[in-house]
Amino acid sequence: MRLMSRTPLQRARRAAESVTDPELPMLTLLDLGVLRDVDVVGDSHVVVDITPTYSGCPAMAAMRDDLVRELRGAGFDRVDVRVCLDPAWTTDWITPEGRAALAAAGISPPGPAPSSDGPIPLTLLPTARQVRCPQCESPATELVSEFGSTACKAQYRCTSCLEPFDHVKEI
Amino acid sequence: MDDHVHTTPEDEHDSAYSGLLVNDAHWAFGAAPVPDGHGEDPLAGVDTTIPDGVDAATLATYALMLGDDALVMSHRLSEWTSNAPDLEDDIALSNISLDLLGQARLLLARAAKADASVVPVLPEGSPVPPEDALAFFREAQDFRNVRLAELVNGDFAEATVRVLLFSTWRLAIFERLRASRDHVLAAVAAKGVKELAYHRDYSARWFVTLAQGTDESRRRLLAALDLLWPLWPELFDTHAFEAAAAAAGVGVDPTSVREAAEGVLEQVLAAADVPRPEAPRRVGVLGRTGRDGMHGEPLGRMLAEMQSVARAHPLGQW
Repeated sequence: MRLMSRTPLQRARRAAESVTDPELPMLTLLDLGVLRDVDVVGDSHVVVDITPTYSGCPAMAAMRDDLVRELRGAGFDRVDVRVCLDPAWTTDWITPEGRAALAAAGISPPGPAPSSDGPIPLTLLPTARQVRCPQCESPATELVSEFGSTACKAQYRCTSCLEPFDHVKEI
Repeated sequence: MDDHVHTTPEDEHDSAYSGLLVNDAHWAFGAAPVPDGHGEDPLAGVDTTIPDGVDAATLATYALMLGDDALVMSHRLSEWTSNAPDLEDDIALSNISLDLLGQARLLLARAAKADASVVPVLPEGSPVPPEDALAFFREAQDFRNVRLAELVNGDFAEATVRVLLFSTWRLAIFERLRASRDHVLAAVAAKGVKELAYHRDYSARWFVTLAQGTDESRRRLLAALDLLWPLWPELFDTHAFEAAAAAAGVGVDPTSVREAAEGVLEQVLAAADVPRPEAPRRVGVLGRTGRDGMHGEPLGRMLAEMQSVARAHPLGQW
């Protein structure tokens, strides 16, 4: 009966941390850095803070519903999911486990995010990144487009094995 | 479900549908509704307290201006979906549109939270959230977007120039708006800066590529620049509400970012070897421009299409 011996907070955390991203299902919301806080505030009442990856991320509603479903299943009758806009999400919050899961799924994980303080410099040349092909690990890759299948990804292609792949772009 | 997709164990490996049939709790549509969730409020749990000494109507109107710019520009860009010259740029323009739609949603929700009187009144029992009421139930003269955003789409060069002018200006505004005393505006700006930087770089690169490409691509680019240039000065006019929002420490006076925005644009023009146009600004009507609700005819037609479904079903659940 190990389950019964966990505190409510541990149960809530475990349930919330098991929820995966609807568009990157190999990542949990914890791996993605979207899950910011889980708190048990009363008898079977839990409050969860999440932060959007992009302003228009259409997955937010699905994430909210999934969190409520999992936490209900873990015995919490009341689940409040709050949006946390500040500080803004950055790809630097993707955990090492999350980066490994992305690479294993054929998606190139992001490098360090650029500083977004002060004036943002104009970049007329393609963003310089050291991106390795997630299929063959060749460093010979080229950018196809800074915009990909979801708001958070760029399109690349490997010039060694010729496979196209997604890269999670740094923000 | 079995009636629609049937797979035998032998062909499951080859079936494009097999992956869709597992773990379908992830699919947002068709999932059981969440009875005590916060619904769809994009600002659920965000501190929307109006900062001390700030007039609610000023804050709401200022948020509407920035929100309407994003909404109208987003809709025009969404019209490119399936119409761009190639798949990559179709996806890029759709992504930019989506980012701006997200900014619009947060800003319109912020306006409604600051001053509920700006939100159109809907029939009792309507489930339409305030930001949707603002987007779908206002007339053209109630929209406060700059006129650059609302023009009917032209060719790809026109989209390139429009996104460049719009994102250069908006990024300069948002860089300063990060210091807003209003927590919501500051947070929207901090996130928006990262998005707009991608929009500006994308359009600036295409600007240089088209200018330095073929005679035809350069001709089209210069024609687009001449077409849109008369609307560039309007972006830096200071409306009374913008002046008041800036004085209260929640907004940015557009005139104050003119030098920064012009500096970025000069870099792009120089890299593209394109001279700065000389066309005079397009004047307003009796001095009134987009910020005053004075728009060209195309905005009304755009809104008629954008709003028709929501208006036909004011009690609809989506």
